Amino acid sequence: MSKVKIKVISRNPDDYLRATKKDIHKLPRNYDPSLHPMEAPREYVRALNAVKLERVFAKPFIGNLDGHRDGVSSMAKHPSRLAVLASGAFDGEIRLWDLAVRKCTRNFVAHEGWVRAICYTPNGDTFTSVGDDKTIKTWKSEIQLSDDEEPVNTLLSMSVVSGVTHHRSKPIFATCGEHCQLWENTRNEPIKVFKWGVDSLHHVAFNQVETNLLASCASDRSIILYDCRESGPLRKVVLELRSNALSWNPMEAFIFTVANEDYNLYTFDVRKLKYPVNIHMDHTSAVIDVDYSPTGREFVAGSYDKTVRIFESLKGHSRDVYHTKRMQRLTCVKWSLDNKYILSGSDEMNIRLWKAKASEKLGVLKPRERTALNYADALKDKFANHPQIRRIARHRHVPKHVYNSQKELKTIKEKAKRKEANRRAHSKPGAVPHVPERRKHVVKEDE
Amino acid sequence: MKVRKEKRYYDVDEKNTQDTKSEKNDNVQIFNIKIKPGYKVKPSQSFNKNYKTNRDEIKKNKKIFRGKAPINKKKLEQYSRGEGIGKGVRHPLHAAKLKKKERKHNYAEEEAARAEILLTEETGFLDVGENRKTTAITQSIIANNVDIAAATKIFDLKLDFGSYRAKYSRNGRHLLLGGKRGHLAAFDWVTKKLHCEINVMESIHDISWLHIETMLAVAQKEWLYIYDNTGTEIHCLKNMDKILRMEFLPYHFLLAAVNEYGFMTWLDVSIGQVVGHYNNRCGRTSVMTQNPYNATICLGNSKGVVSLWSPTVKEPLAKILCHKTPLTAVAVDNRGMYMATSGVDRSMKIWDIRNLDGPLQDYRLRSAPVELEFSQKDMLAVGLGEVVEVYNDCCSKTASRPYLRHRMSKSINNFKFCPYEDVLGIGTSGGFTSIIVPGSGEPNFDALESNPFQTKKQRKEAEVKALLEKIPAELITLNPFEVTEVDVPTMQEQMEAKKKLLYLKPKKVDTTPRRKNKGKTNIARKKIIKDTTRKEFIAQAIKAQKMLDLSEKQTTPQQSFGVLDRFVSKPKSRK
Repeated sequence: MSKVKIKVISRNPDDYLRATKKDIHKLPRNYDPSLHPMEAPREYVRALNAVKLERVFAKPFIGNLDGHRDGVSSMAKHPSRLAVLASGAFDGEIRLWDLAVRKCTRNFVAHEGWVRAICYTPNGDTFTSVGDDKTIKTWKSEIQLSDDEEPVNTLLSMSVVSGVTHHRSKPIFATCGEHCQLWENTRNEPIKVFKWGVDSLHHVAFNQVETNLLASCASDRSIILYDCRESGPLRKVVLELRSNALSWNPMEAFIFTVANEDYNLYTFDVRKLKYPVNIHMDHTSAVIDVDYSPTGREFVAGSYDKTVRIFESLKGHSRDVYHTKRMQRLTCVKWSLDNKYILSGSDEMNIRLWKAKASEKLGVLKPRERTALNYADALKDKFANHPQIRRIARHRHVPKHVYNSQKELKTIKEKAKRKEANRRAHSKPGAVPHVPERRKHVVKEDE
Repeated sequence: MKVRKEKRYYDVDEKNTQDTKSEKNDNVQIFNIKIKPGYKVKPSQSFNKNYKTNRDEIKKNKKIFRGKAPINKKKLEQYSRGEGIGKGVRHPLHAAKLKKKERKHNYAEEEAARAEILLTEETGFLDVGENRKTTAITQSIIANNVDIAAATKIFDLKLDFGSYRAKYSRNGRHLLLGGKRGHLAAFDWVTKKLHCEINVMESIHDISWLHIETMLAVAQKEWLYIYDNTGTEIHCLKNMDKILRMEFLPYHFLLAAVNEYGFMTWLDVSIGQVVGHYNNRCGRTSVMTQNPYNATICLGNSKGVVSLWSPTVKEPLAKILCHKTPLTAVAVDNRGMYMATSGVDRSMKIWDIRNLDGPLQDYRLRSAPVELEFSQKDMLAVGLGEVVEVYNDCCSKTASRPYLRHRMSKSINNFKFCPYEDVLGIGTSGGFTSIIVPGSGEPNFDALESNPFQTKKQRKEAEVKALLEKIPAELITLNPFEVTEVDVPTMQEQMEAKKKLLYLKPKKVDTTPRRKNKGKTNIARKKIIKDTTRKEFIAQAIKAQKMLDLSEKQTTPQQSFGVLDRFVSKPKSRK
């Protein structure tokens, strides 16, 4: 019997218990799947909990900036400082804000009538504002002397100016109004004027990647593209209704999105303007403003239906909708340059600060917290298409007027669809062709 | 310092070269060749014999990083979550996405397999040398050959309140004993610390721990009672009466029970609600076990049929005729692969429970087993009257003799392997016996799953976590991975969805399945045979005709009339 070798499990408790109370507990792991049964249903339950918690923690509203004595008409982000925001109001007042402390740092009356648009220069030292009084004024961002409160430069335009945008690197800026005009900072006359037989343009935006390209929205329902090196405009695309605002994708130079009066947003590819790349639906009233996130993956849109919606740039429907009881019709929206916040200006004189991801926790995350959140995200992604999880993740409470108009729009759309299907059913095969939604909205494209 | 810096690993050590010099002829010239790492010299380019020796030394001195150590394929398979989708995804974008995902899965699999190096404990074993049987090893020999701490795990409790049932808690630390004549005891069997000991003054039919060791369920003469670990009665469940057997499903928080009249009940112990209650129509049976892989309940009845049950389906999920005689015991292994059944005909069969055709193994035993039980490492304990036999590796191969045998002078009532220990606890007619079975338990526990060294605070935390992750009872299915599979809508569902779109006129499709009596009745079978012969005949005839036609066509050349060819009447081609 001496040859017998026997080994049995015999654990020394000291190896498994902590030595002192200040130690952390020892947690030996064993990843053998047979010790972790029911993997799939457990993960499913975790995903369900995660998605519920996400909705529980979805509190996007951070705060508001009040001080304007009239509706906010326009906003501009500082190109390098996250906490600085300039906003103009319908009474001609411009206010500069410190977002970190949510205080107004400076305010002055800049124009008579509206402040139509504001834009910062790329270095952030000065900003330009245009107003209803046909002036283009350049202001210093920071005041050192008492002189600095006066505009650095005032340009007089021959016609009404309604938009301004600055070139990414050169000291050139463009304004729009009756025509699109290019200005150099040192000159009193525009260096170039682009005309294409339209009565007025109301929004203009320089491309920040392909820096010589700029686009504007015109009141004859068209979007016009220009190259600032050339003498004439490049192309024009006409939609069914007029576009209110335009935003270039900061990551994909050839993509831009327009906010349209027909409740939709259209994403276009510059190289192929015949029809939009994508149509983003969900708003129930005219979309007033749009702004891309710095990653180019998402954009925010503000609408006349008193809601802010966030869209993923590749998807047709919104990811999230923000609204409050007191927020009135949106006039401008901006996505902050750290991709974390959204700013919205509205008719009722307030600027609101929102989180870009509604359930995100602000502040520093501990490593365990971060891994837990990452794990929850992975689970949500894995089970995203399960009916129950999708229902919870998609459900949003919207104000009654939005809910009702959504319903109404749905019936209208269904009616049109039904009518078309009936017509198709009762006519010769091929007589009523299937036209994709994307082909329906562009009236024409000019070169 | 500079000199040291210049030295590279592929420089030949001078001392060594000098040594070789002295050994070899002086007229041989020696080249010290500097070779860039990774540069290979072709064998034909050999300059010198010494060159080779140099290279060998270089090889020795070199410490090349050859990447991570290879992993055993079997290990990888153990952690695998199934094969990937592979080809067949048409869209390149989706294919790329899936590929990316699969790469992640493979990485996780590999990491899990590599993490095995961190496991501290090793599986037990019993080595008796060649030509000797492990069956000869008795408990006293084992006790003499293991350390003192382990030897204390062999003990015997003489209790005299009828035959006892014993159950271990999920982490293997606590033991619950219930005597037929009302004796109930719960204790930490490692430290031998008693939690409570009471007599319920009624017969006890079965006992079970609930999700933590502070709560236990006892099936008494009439009703089901729940006690806490001090022996205080917390609940009396009168809607669960005359219970014969109970099983606790820890991930679902369900207490499954079957009673004398064949009613099965699933009680959600977290909210006190009965989630399933129906009669199984199998008659009175006390052969019950759970499948830990998918949390279904296996019932064996007196007709030799094993049926699998879930709380939400009132029919058995599956039925197998295992024996032609009444069943005495059923056991399912931890991974849900094998099921062992035994009947009164003294046979024991091993089944592949995921693929229910034909027993894998069919054993004849000396007597009819009263109890079967799988250990964590797939050892099978068989209770034969007063003897417990433990079989090792008896599922995939045919075991010729047991691995261990333990004889007692008391008849066995039930037994359980202690999780994470090499211990088998036997409830007998005269009390409780604990024996050591080397190599039966999983040596490395996962502390986040079940921890034998859990503190009170950890237990509380784990309870909250487990409650948050409670799996709903509807998810108990034969395949637990069903929830991750693609749900393909049926024809009927698709039709319904189309009907909902108002503008589409639905097609009339009869979705009621046709009665498929094809070939089942005698007349039909005859007709089918007739039809097939007729069809075959016709097919042959057509073939022959075709051959004839071909030869005809070839033989008659057509006369050409030029433009007027089209007015020539064509011969009618016979079909």
